[in-house]
Amino acid sequence: MCLAIPAKVVSVKEDKARVDFGEGVLREVSVTLVNAKVGDYVLVHAGYAIQVLDEKEAIETIRLWNEILEAETQQKRKAQVG
Amino acid sequence: MAEKSRFRDPDLAKRIAEKIHKLAQSEGNVKICHVCGTHEWTITHFGIRSLLPASVEVIAGPGCPVCTVPASEVDEAVQLALKGVVVACFGDVLRVPGSKMSLLDAKAEGADVRLVYSVSDAVRMAEKEPSKEFGFFAIGFETTTPSTAAEILHGPVENLSFLVSHRLIPPAMKLLVEMEDLRLNGFIAPGHVSTIIGLKPYEVFPRLYGMPTVVAGFEPLDVLFGIYMILKQLSEGNPRLENEYQRVVQREGNTKAQELMEKVFDVGDGGWRGIGTILSSKFRLRNEYEPYDARLKHNVKVEHGIDIQPSCRCHLVIVGKIKPTECPLFMKACTPQKPVGACMVSIEGTCRIWAKAQPS
Repeated sequence: MCLAIPAKVVSVKEDKARVDFGEGVLREVSVTLVNAKVGDYVLVHAGYAIQVLDEKEAIETIRLWNEILEAETQQKRKAQVG
Repeated sequence: MAEKSRFRDPDLAKRIAEKIHKLAQSEGNVKICHVCGTHEWTITHFGIRSLLPASVEVIAGPGCPVCTVPASEVDEAVQLALKGVVVACFGDVLRVPGSKMSLLDAKAEGADVRLVYSVSDAVRMAEKEPSKEFGFFAIGFETTTPSTAAEILHGPVENLSFLVSHRLIPPAMKLLVEMEDLRLNGFIAPGHVSTIIGLKPYEVFPRLYGMPTVVAGFEPLDVLFGIYMILKQLSEGNPRLENEYQRVVQREGNTKAQELMEKVFDVGDGGWRGIGTILSSKFRLRNEYEPYDARLKHNVKVEHGIDIQPSCRCHLVIVGKIKPTECPLFMKACTPQKPVGACMVSIEGTCRIWAKAQPS
């Protein structure tokens, strides 16, 4: 029920936007709850965009994950050397 | 966007699972609860439980709004439909059992019940057919509530009213943490509810209850990292609120959506299927929006409903006290094709998710 799917904003007209869910699935959704512009990725839930996605944060998440894992590997290496 | 596969990288998953195993060695038994049907889907579909050590258990709380809507409110929707009002509802809601009938049963008896993807669809239908009365059965947590609020604030057509059954998640989490026999050690907080409400409503869990709380996304790696972050907090003896889903969830949430909800709704005590009344857990239309209240407009009256059918264990599955497989009806008398309990109906219901993941 709280499933939300990312989509790319193709056009915006007042509080409605046409978004692309990928693979040719286009749909009109409401952008009343967000400030979205053409080219943004939005998270769509039940016909409403509920958030504009932050690409920088998405890349940052993956970087952080790797950092957590790398830190562990480095500790292991240090332990092995020591 | 960063492509999906990077959030499903099996190598990263393996490595984070190793870290979870290592942290768990010094922790004893750990029980982590999530409260979102989409999290349960990710966990079951990607086999996350099989990657965890035996001492780390992840249970599903009341995170499926369709499962937790009490029978009395389904009865209200059925009554509305049988009175000749066109009832528009989300697809999952159609088969949820009321005390005696579901909306699907009402439809079979000739009532006009229509499935919609969005509240906006209900608005469009009512506009197109002005001679008919429409009622939108507004179910869902804080993720869905703003869309109902937006349509009501927009001033929909006169022939549309709303049967509001929206619920709030943090009060249900408070109930879980206070159930001493559940013995929870951490919460995975729901990413999309949090997109709307932000982080503040969860601050109480680490502060008052010493409960590590991590807002997590819905890719398998999001959930695994969420579990890791909770274990890390436990091992450090420092329970806190963390946000794993920063690419979507902002600290303050979606303030625009919060304003709309605040304008249209206030909060009162509400019944949850199989659980009973949870304080301050239900959105109610404010007095000024009463003309849109389907209950008042169409004189809908239901005294009390029957939430749980004989032998059904939904009330225990909903709060994570038992697994679906511990219910005597699971995949015997109760199947996705012929559900007895609400947890077997919705695609976000724990029983339904487990049923679909079973080897056929």
